[in-house]
Amino acid sequence: MATPPMLRAVGYFAHAYRRTWRASIMTTFVNPVLYLAAMGVGLGSFINKGGHTAALGHLSYLQFVAPALAATTAAMTAASESMFPVMGAIKWTRTYFGMLATPLRVGDVLAGHLLWIATRVATAVSAYLIVMAAFGTTPSIETLAVLPAGVLVGMAFAAPLAAFAASQDNEQAFPVVFRLGVIPLFLFSGVFFPVSQLPLALRVIAYATPLWHGVDLCRELTLGRLTAAGAAVHVSYLLVLAALGLFLAKRTFQARLRT
Amino acid sequence: MPGEPLIYARGLTKTFGSLRAVDAVDFSVTRGEAFGFLGPNGAGKSSTMRMIAAVSPRSGGDLRVLGLDPDRDGPTIRGRLGVVPQEDNLDLELTVRENLYVYGRYFDIPRRELRARIERLLDFAQLSERADERVEPLSGGMKRRLTIARSLVNEPDLLLLDEPTTGLDPQARHALWDRLYRLKAEGVTLVLTTHYMDEAEQLCDRLVVMEGGRIAAEGSPRALIGRYCTREVVELRFGPGESERMAAKLTGLGGAGVSERIEVLPDRLLVYTDEGDAAVAAVEALRLEPVSVLVRRGTLEDVFLRLTGRHLVD
Repeated sequence: MATPPMLRAVGYFAHAYRRTWRASIMTTFVNPVLYLAAMGVGLGSFINKGGHTAALGHLSYLQFVAPALAATTAAMTAASESMFPVMGAIKWTRTYFGMLATPLRVGDVLAGHLLWIATRVATAVSAYLIVMAAFGTTPSIETLAVLPAGVLVGMAFAAPLAAFAASQDNEQAFPVVFRLGVIPLFLFSGVFFPVSQLPLALRVIAYATPLWHGVDLCRELTLGRLTAAGAAVHVSYLLVLAALGLFLAKRTFQARLRT
Repeated sequence: MPGEPLIYARGLTKTFGSLRAVDAVDFSVTRGEAFGFLGPNGAGKSSTMRMIAAVSPRSGGDLRVLGLDPDRDGPTIRGRLGVVPQEDNLDLELTVRENLYVYGRYFDIPRRELRARIERLLDFAQLSERADERVEPLSGGMKRRLTIARSLVNEPDLLLLDEPTTGLDPQARHALWDRLYRLKAEGVTLVLTTHYMDEAEQLCDRLVVMEGGRIAAEGSPRALIGRYCTREVVELRFGPGESERMAAKLTGLGGAGVSERIEVLPDRLLVYTDEGDAAVAAVEALRLEPVSVLVRRGTLEDVFLRLTGRHLVD
């Protein structure tokens, strides 16, 4: 049976990953250990002792912060895998052009790369879930649902950013996207403190950002508190963003690769 | 269908904004032929190649590749083509063997079959000993041979080579030509672009000279030399600044039927003639005493320069 063209493209990325997987897997596991130790345990003991857990819904800080960090890692992994690597495959290694000289089409190349990014996101989120369990957050069946939720968060970031990356002549804008986009989202999307603690104006902005939807989705899932309405809002928001990104990426990839 | 050309183009056009990179060109390539596009930079060779390779949509005209329409049947056509792009796009971090493997998988060649083909291709490209080394430190010639080996992984009906030997040293060029002869002998149809005239003369059965997006001339290397040049060319060097004055004295050669045409260059005079020795004798009879005299064959380079001019193209 013929291998679907997009999977043939994924094959390349998987093959190339073999070269760096050891270092990459290390970071994937070390990061959650560091964050959960520093934030969940270190900062957490301080907060828990201070009795400030009412705003957290009387959770331990570790329970509060861990699923949000899993959502964040999905967004971060997606962002870093969808800007420089896309530019590289167009400009530096010209990998996309090699693929397009074969039966693969632009859509296959794009879908294949996004599917590979989804795989990387899934690995990173899984690592978080494993480390969370090791830190003693109560495991539940619902927690496993963070994996697909995290992949959805990843796609909501990866698809629009891949579209953006393919529209750029060079990589100059990428660090700016990180500094002025991804990092503020990381700080103000309710990862470290409830968004309800923010002044109204900032709160409204936070509710409009993709990472807050991802954070709230993953957190409520692990705590078994997710309502049908909440799930519908979060999932639709992220799906729409991913779909819009895919639509735009198809266009910017076409414009860049089929001249 | 037998007898149908592998590539058939009529009025083929490519525009980028207001630039007509390829301006209504007609050509066809038949099976087993080695066909060349010659032209200076910016003549439209690469744009034409990219349309044939079904990676760049045409702006106008008709194009059939392997009897199919590249706009509609791109994946099918590309599945039967081998492409050697102008810029290598090998993965420098992967090994030689891995480059062949990942590329072969794009064609969905079954793994076992692919591994067998890779061994043959490594041997063909004289890269067996370097098979498990990373590509990055390999020489330009090796990388080019690897790119050619890679383009053959799907056993293509038609091989497209865009400036295959640009930037290589003479040894590497000859090694590459040798591989291309072998492919030609095996019946592979070759289409190549080049701005090396010796390469075109060596490899091409038939070629077109492109200039400004149009085809300026078409034929076999021999026929083109016959049509646009003479059998021989006498190069005469005189002292600095004397070329013009000497040329005036040589005008009689044309009348005597010894020379078809005289071209004045800053440093020398070119006397186009079918009888080099007779022309030299005529020059000696005039007692002009040039600093040096060289009789050589008319070449494709003479044809090329005549058709596309001596001005620099950037």
